Amino acid sequence: MLKFTEEHEWLKVEGGVATVGITEHAAGQLGDLVFVELPEAGATFSKGDSAATVESVKAASDVYCPLDGEIVEINQAIVDDPSLVNSDPQGAAWFFKLKLADPRSADNLLDEAAYKELVG
Amino acid sequence: MESNSRLIHTPLHALHLSLGGRMVPFAGYEMPVQYADGVLKEHLHTRAAAGLFDVSHMGQIIIRPKSGRIADAALALERLVPVDVLGLAEGRQRYGLFTNPDGGILDDLMIANRGDHLFLVVNAACKDADFAHLKEGLGDSCDVTLLDDRALIALQGPHAEAVLCELWADVASMRFMDVAEADLHDVTCIISRSGYTGEDGFEISIPTASAVDVTQRLLEHPDVLAIGLGARDSLRLEAGLCLYGNDIDTGTTPVEAALEWAIQKSRRAGGERAGGFPGADRILAEFAGGTSRRRVGLRPEGRAPVRGGATLFADADGTVPIGSVTSGGFGPSIDGPVAMGYVETAHAGNGTQIFAEVRGKYLPVTVSALPFVKQTYKR
Repeated sequence: MLKFTEEHEWLKVEGGVATVGITEHAAGQLGDLVFVELPEAGATFSKGDSAATVESVKAASDVYCPLDGEIVEINQAIVDDPSLVNSDPQGAAWFFKLKLADPRSADNLLDEAAYKELVG
Repeated sequence: MESNSRLIHTPLHALHLSLGGRMVPFAGYEMPVQYADGVLKEHLHTRAAAGLFDVSHMGQIIIRPKSGRIADAALALERLVPVDVLGLAEGRQRYGLFTNPDGGILDDLMIANRGDHLFLVVNAACKDADFAHLKEGLGDSCDVTLLDDRALIALQGPHAEAVLCELWADVASMRFMDVAEADLHDVTCIISRSGYTGEDGFEISIPTASAVDVTQRLLEHPDVLAIGLGARDSLRLEAGLCLYGNDIDTGTTPVEAALEWAIQKSRRAGGERAGGFPGADRILAEFAGGTSRRRVGLRPEGRAPVRGGATLFADADGTVPIGSVTSGGFGPSIDGPVAMGYVETAHAGNGTQIFAEVRGKYLPVTVSALPFVKQTYKR
């Protein structure tokens, strides 16, 4: 089941590891992405830290770490082709995999229905 | 944040909404930043075919000499701009600058000689100040009118001429910076062969009552796509053209901004009407002695855009700051990051490698000739 943050990240948690990306809503708002900067595997972040940067033609935006954890894998495909984030934001264009410091911490995030209500 | 309820609408506002325009506050107006196709496609379409822009937020001003002699209006305006206005032939247009007593730039503008009056187009954010400045400077000899009953659109790109030719065949005989009056669908418009994308194209001033009709008919052409502010900005940046408030402002002089070409010989030292504009002492001294900094083009290596506000350094460790970026982003036609900024003159030569601070890293950047894309004006 997907979880969501109010900052427009989605997470899919499996075995204590969250696959993280940005939502379809966020990708639509950002417009055509032309550059993605991802963290390095092994980096640790706290919830709310800026973990990645996406840039459209017009502007740069932060992607926040949704929970405390360690980056265990990044998706090089979106670095090589940032437009993937626009075409498949909640599928092939995941950003990174995060080993959660507390595997239960995702429980408090929004579910899909609550997120949809948030973005209207 | 500007409150949306207070934002001014251009005559084309409803049309933007019907076209799916994503509206944002800009200079007190609610304007489309992009449409459904997005900034990248809009940008590339303009370079490949024709893009249509609503620039009705810009100020259109008429200066009419009380004497009836256009030369009197030209000479009066020359007291405010370092531009050869007197030598501007009827039916011709020229880029100009309002300067202040310190040599800084108050606004940039277009000046057209329309036979019995001068027709100016100024920036939206500056238009009220420009109008007051003109009234104060020229009011004794000229009637100055800020037009509030006209829309302004720009049709830009390699197909612009063919598209407009279907409405008015004579447009093909216009050269870059010609200005003419013509009927498009029985609406009398003022057309100049100019624009701010680096492409051949036209700016068309239309009476408000007919603005939607004329614009809609142009948009019906299969080669024409509506273009928002996002692509407008990336196009002008690739073209190396200054955005007022970013690349030029009251703290930059024309010579620092590499806009010497906008000051004709007649207004420079030794010219027949040298000086006589605000800041002339400093600006003419800079022609002779140079400046300590210059506006330059910047090509960042790699893919990361370098945005306006980034600090520039001479070294990869970020110890010797030498300037800053004023406009930067991704150039869709270049397929890479492009930027402009000011650097100390010693580092301003084309090919000089410098470094830009982006998120704590120092990225290599090469000082590059402007424009980044070849201009295709029909001279």
